[in-house]
Amino acid sequence: MPHSVIEAIYHAESRRVLATLIRLLGDFDLAEEALQDAFTAAVERWPETGVPANPRAWLVSTGRFKAIDQLRRRARFDASLTALANRVDDGESPAPELDAEGVADDRLRLVFTCCHPALSPDARIALTLREVCGLETEEIARAFLVSAPTLAQRIVRAKAKIRDAGIPYQVPALADLPERLDAVLHVVYLVFNEGYSASSGGSLTRHDLSAEAIRLGRLLTELLPEPEAHGLLALMLLHDARREARTAPDGALVLLDDQDRSRWNREQIAEGCGLVERALASRRFGPFTLQAAIAAVHAEARSSADTDWRQIVGLYDVLLLAEPSPVVELNRAAAIAMRDGPEAGLILVDGILGRGDLTDYPLAHSARADLCRRVGRRTEATASYRRALELTQQEPGRRFLERRLAELVG
Amino acid sequence: MRYLCLIYSEESQWERMPKPDFDAMMGEYIAFTKDIKKSGHYIGGDELQPTQTATTVRVRNGKVSTTDGPFAETKEQLGGYYLINAKDLNDAIQVAARIPSVRVGSIEVRPIQEHSAS
Repeated sequence: MPHSVIEAIYHAESRRVLATLIRLLGDFDLAEEALQDAFTAAVERWPETGVPANPRAWLVSTGRFKAIDQLRRRARFDASLTALANRVDDGESPAPELDAEGVADDRLRLVFTCCHPALSPDARIALTLREVCGLETEEIARAFLVSAPTLAQRIVRAKAKIRDAGIPYQVPALADLPERLDAVLHVVYLVFNEGYSASSGGSLTRHDLSAEAIRLGRLLTELLPEPEAHGLLALMLLHDARREARTAPDGALVLLDDQDRSRWNREQIAEGCGLVERALASRRFGPFTLQAAIAAVHAEARSSADTDWRQIVGLYDVLLLAEPSPVVELNRAAAIAMRDGPEAGLILVDGILGRGDLTDYPLAHSARADLCRRVGRRTEATASYRRALELTQQEPGRRFLERRLAELVG
Repeated sequence: MRYLCLIYSEESQWERMPKPDFDAMMGEYIAFTKDIKKSGHYIGGDELQPTQTATTVRVRNGKVSTTDGPFAETKEQLGGYYLINAKDLNDAIQVAARIPSVRVGSIEVRPIQEHSAS
């Protein structure tokens, strides 16, 4: 049997098997060891016996058996483990739990446990990418620009808290579901943004992060078809559809208005728009769906001038009610500028900055600069571009601002 | 599992509270305590006297030093606690979310470190 067969099964099944083993064994570390042991056994036996009819069931029961074996052996030196070994051994037999629904529940349990609000936001992201997506610690560390030991430590602490504070391995009760689902969706969105906002820097790992977030988003809509889960997946697909067009050949950021729309991924846009419609029709949608709806209006316009700005402003109005924030206000101001002219937008942006909100947010200054430029206030535009440049870290954004500045001054 | 729910709130807020509001809050506490006794969560619980009655004790180099007041100067002070039995953290959070002070202060939920009798 070629190794690639087992490798393919590992890719397809390892996270599902892990999710079930955590439930059966009640411990993340024990389950991970059991998963490795089960695949080691598969590599040894399958070439002779052939792949079993239900490899997932085989892996789960082999993993569980190995874990019990391991616990019994350790119990000879540590008596306290005897009770644990007995409990795991007496536990429900995995066989009847292996129907599709049970396994889906286990994956959902894993997602909700990794994204439990009692864990720090950083830990939730790291744990989700490690346990749910199966990324290696080193990969996650690289993507988040932290050292591997730091990230490993984060995961160890999170697992310790799950165990010691008694975070249960379960899908939350219906009453808690909206709030808890929100926490999960935010983890997915943060992963996506981490990849998306920096991806134009040309780093491949970060692009993978967005892809991973979209995969997670798909998994969620499969496991828990809630409107906001569809909304988030739509939002990610619609933003990601513009990835190619967002970057100039020299790596500079290209703004939405100036993008070559023929380079947008039409297939992804169609899927995203369909999901938005579905979420909106439910009438139980939230901020992610509204943001996705705005992205969908952009995606459906043939050009910037062709965009239905009236509808976009209307969607921002609703979004502002659902989730008031100065950043949403800023985006709304930019849409108003497109609908009513730059002067109208400038008054709003100056109002936001005047309140002291967003004074350190580079996009507020670059938005103001752009509006000043369009109404011919060149000195103010230059000053605002300079301020934005001071606050911008990412290379593509800096290049864009430098180019605009050169145009103004030159 | 056992959890200690530490109740933090601004003491001055209690002092400023009009009597009817204070009485209503106390009534809620009595009802809540009765409730978690019935559900089997309750192990113990007390209200603490205010921080001006607190003394912090340390021993350094074998010498006892005592200082007036609580250990840390914070906006919210420890004002009471419940020791509860809960199925897991989610269960404990649900109990903590019903402690009347949760609406004006905050509750820190801490699992008890169990030591096996040996």
